[in-house]
Order: sequence, then C-alpha cells, then structure tokens
Amino acid sequence: MSIKLDHVSYTYMPGTPYEKEAVKDVSLEIQKGEFVAVIGHTGSGKSTLVQNLNGLLHPTQGTASLDGTDLSGKTGEAKQARGRIGMVFQYPEHQLFAETVYEDVAFGPRNLGLSSEEVEVRVREAMKFVGLDFDTYAPRSPFSLSGGQMRRAAIAGVVAMNPDYLILDEPSAGLDPGSRNNLFAEIMALYKKRGIGIIMVTHSMEEAAKYAKRMLVICKGQIILDGKPAEIFLKEKECLLNAGMDVPEVYKLADALRVKGMRLPYEITDAKLLLAEVKRRKGLK
Amino acid sequence: MLDISLGQYYPGNSFIHRLDPRTKILSTLLLIIAVFLANSAIGYGTLCAMVLLIIAVSGLPFMLVLKSVKPLLFIIVLTLVLHALMGQGEHVLYQWKFIRVTEEGLQLGVQMAMRLILLLMISSILTFTTSPIVLTDGIEALLRPFRVIGVPAHELAMMMTIALRFIPTLMEETDRIIKAQTARGADFSGGNLLVRAKNMLPILVPLFISAFRRADDLAIAMEARCYRGGEGRTRMHQLAYRSGDVLAFVFAFAMIGLLAFLRWGLKLV
Repeated sequence: MSIKLDHVSYTYMPGTPYEKEAVKDVSLEIQKGEFVAVIGHTGSGKSTLVQNLNGLLHPTQGTASLDGTDLSGKTGEAKQARGRIGMVFQYPEHQLFAETVYEDVAFGPRNLGLSSEEVEVRVREAMKFVGLDFDTYAPRSPFSLSGGQMRRAAIAGVVAMNPDYLILDEPSAGLDPGSRNNLFAEIMALYKKRGIGIIMVTHSMEEAAKYAKRMLVICKGQIILDGKPAEIFLKEKECLLNAGMDVPEVYKLADALRVKGMRLPYEITDAKLLLAEVKRRKGLK
Repeated sequence: MLDISLGQYYPGNSFIHRLDPRTKILSTLLLIIAVFLANSAIGYGTLCAMVLLIIAVSGLPFMLVLKSVKPLLFIIVLTLVLHALMGQGEHVLYQWKFIRVTEEGLQLGVQMAMRLILLLMISSILTFTTSPIVLTDGIEALLRPFRVIGVPAHELAMMMTIALRFIPTLMEETDRIIKAQTARGADFSGGNLLVRAKNMLPILVPLFISAFRRADDLAIAMEARCYRGGEGRTRMHQLAYRSGDVLAFVFAFAMIGLLAFLRWGLKLV
C-alpha cells in the first residue's frame, strides 16, 4: 500500500514564454500509515508536488501511482484510486457551497454513489472526527459558522470520503493557536484511529517537528532532505538555512543551552520535554 | 485553466507601442472608417499594404496578428461561401438549381471577407501594442468630455481597471475550487444542460462568495486610502501627445483621404 512517484517532473504552461518547471525529477514512496510533513519556502514547488501525488495534476514526465495504478489514467480504476486520496486545500472553507453543513459534507460520499443511509453514517462520523456536534451544526448554513468551524466543516467534507491517504495543504493557516491545537488533535486522532497516510504541507517547522514521523524538505522543485524531523533539525541546520528555512525555536534553545555547557539529550522535540529535562538537570521540581 | 493569457498585450517598445493610447484608439477608428470606404481591388490592396506596414513598424510577429482572425474564421468563410453561391449579376460562371455562382457574387464575397479580416487585424494591433491598463487610461481620457452629458468616465475606467486586475485572481480561485471539488469526486462533464448547470453549483457558489468578499475588502482598502471618486484626482502617468502622435493622425487621415479618392475620385478624373 503506497503512493509512488517515479521520476516525476511537472512544468506549468510548457511551450510558452511563461513556462516554469515546478517539480524536477522527483522519486518518492509514501506508505499508508505514514505521517509526512512537506516543508519548503514559498514557490519551492511543494503544492505542485502534492497535487501530483493525488492525480489533480498529471506529471509532465514520469508517473504517479497508487498501488500500481497510474493516477493520471482515464479508466474507472484510476478514478477510484484518485478517490482514495483526499485533499484538503489551503483555506478549505472557501470551497463550502451547500445550504447546510450536512449537504456540504455529504457532497463527496454522494459522488461516490453511496445510499442515503450510508451517506448519513459517513457524515456523522466525519463531523465527529472534526469535533462538530451533528445535531447542532448539521442543519446550519456553513456560512453562519465561525472561521475555525467552517474549516472543520470543510475538512469533514474530505474525511467523509474515507480516504486511505489525506493530503493537507497548510491546514492551520490563518487559525488562532487554540483552533490550531484542536485541529491537530483531531487530525492526529483520525490518523491513529484509521491508520491512514497523512501528507501535510506546512510552513511551520514547529508543526512538522511535533506531529510528523517523516519530513520532506523541498527546494527548487526537488527533495533535498528526507528523514525524521528530529534528525534533520539536528544535523542539517545549514542545509535548511540555505534552502530559506529555519529550525524550530526549541531546537535553537536546546542548542544554546548545550553551548553553555548543559548536557541535554538529542530527543527533545518540544518545549515541554525541554522544560522537564532542564528541571531534571537542575534538580528542580 | 491558467493557460489563458489575459488580454493579448505583446510587450515591445516600437513606434506603435510608444504612441499615446488616445492616438491609437482614435487612429484605429479612423482606419476602420477607411476599411469601409474601400470598394475596389486597388482599395483593398492599399489597405493590405497599410496593415503590413503597420505590423512591420510595430515589430509584432505577422503570424500572431493573423491568428487574431481565427475566432471569427467560421463567419468569414460563411460570408465568402454565401456570397459566392447566392450571387447576383449577369456573368454567371456556374448554375445548378438555386445555386448560382457569378463573377459579381464572388467579388462581393471576397470583398466582405477581406473587410472582416482587415477589421480584425487592425483592432487586434491596438490590443497587441497597448497594455490593458494604458488602454483604460486612454478610454477614460477620451470619455472625459462626455461627462457634461452624464457619462461617468472615471467610474467606468476604474471599474475596468478593477475587473482587469481581478481576472487572474479569480481564475486562480476557480482553478483551485475546481480541483478541490474534483478531489471530492465531483464530475463536471456529461449530462444534459440542466444537470451540467447543477454540477456547476459547487464551483459557482464559492466563487461568488469569494468575489463578494474580495470586493468588500477592496472597498475598505480604497476607502482607507481616501478614495472618493475621480473629482480632483491627479494621475501618476500623465497622457501627452508627442510628435509621433501627430504623424499617426496624419497617416490615418491620409488613408481615409486615399480610400475616399479611390472610391469617388477616380470617376471624376
């Protein structure tokens, strides 16, 4: 079970003066059950890359496949394969259209040709996953919700497709810290309960460090680093800085403390761990 | 979706590119009048030579200008065929039942087709050599005298500018919404007209909402920068006629004069 890119290149507007090669000869395999963060600065080609991963863009060269099925095919099989990879775009709340939250979340499952009972089960499940109470919110207009709730409703619309893989393009952009934490708690719950593969594009090194098991660093259309976030942040700081990115603050602080002579282990991935470790070293409670 | 280039401005720095937009708009109108004056082979020949000369001066690739005829190719061919087959006149070349090909009919057909082709080429040279923003400036300046009879020149130009500015943004937005709904299994092809219209809803509703939101934001941003309409507003790029513009007007009027002479003058001589 894996999504595979084989020497994929993607060029926008080939053969015109505006031609731009956004992805260059990328080979990649993502297993079901992985949580992959894709980072890279603006214009590095990360959005183009993930759209090649789910068949929304068809590679100019090379192939993208899911379990051996070419995603750019026109067959029913290819269409079904594309349906197994859910995609949450940036600001997904801008795609809400239906009169009620229920209708909007049900849009995907209905397109799959499910019966109305099955659709309702899917909608209830999806809304529960994103933390929207069914009885309260299902009959309401999606446009009467708050920003955070709208985003959850929109994500529910993708979750209701029951995808094997879920691609999220900057899911936390424009949310306040509270909503952001809630959103990630829900995504992690979904990830753990269903064992799906998650591919998350993000600008935030902190989010990548905190949630992802694997991190891809994209620069100028190519994957320059691929590995565990903690390892990359520890060992490849120079490379990240050169690619226009940074390491999370907690790594910087731990580094500064190490320079001052504090002996800290290298598995520190967030502020709580660092604080506990520092307290332990200093004999504080 | 994003492959559609906005307008058809072809950047350059030729004599034609540098002309004042007002000159270009008015000269285009004058040359169109000249086209309608032509009624003989010599007249059309002169016009063709003139268009070729303008293209040469503008530095545009000839094929690019010729391509602008493409959208109306069907109508041009239809005009030609209809005139050729339904010909009036005495010199019958071929006749079968109601189909009648005459020398006069053929001539008229060719003339009509030529007229359409020339009109398209002349007006596309205007849009090829003038960026949409400059064109809008020109239109505003030309409409300004009509304010006394209530033409809202500045407002019209501002609306055009804003519309032009938002076309790429909205196209990007459309592209994204289509992709998002496609990822949720939406199918936009197939079905009769009603089904198709209904399938468009998941695209149109978010697009309208975002357009309204953007309009609101823009209105607030403009107000915050003290925009209050065109009254007393100065502009960054002042339009000014130069010697080249005089030359262009002389050329355009000369063409009208020449074509008028070819139409009526020859008989008098």
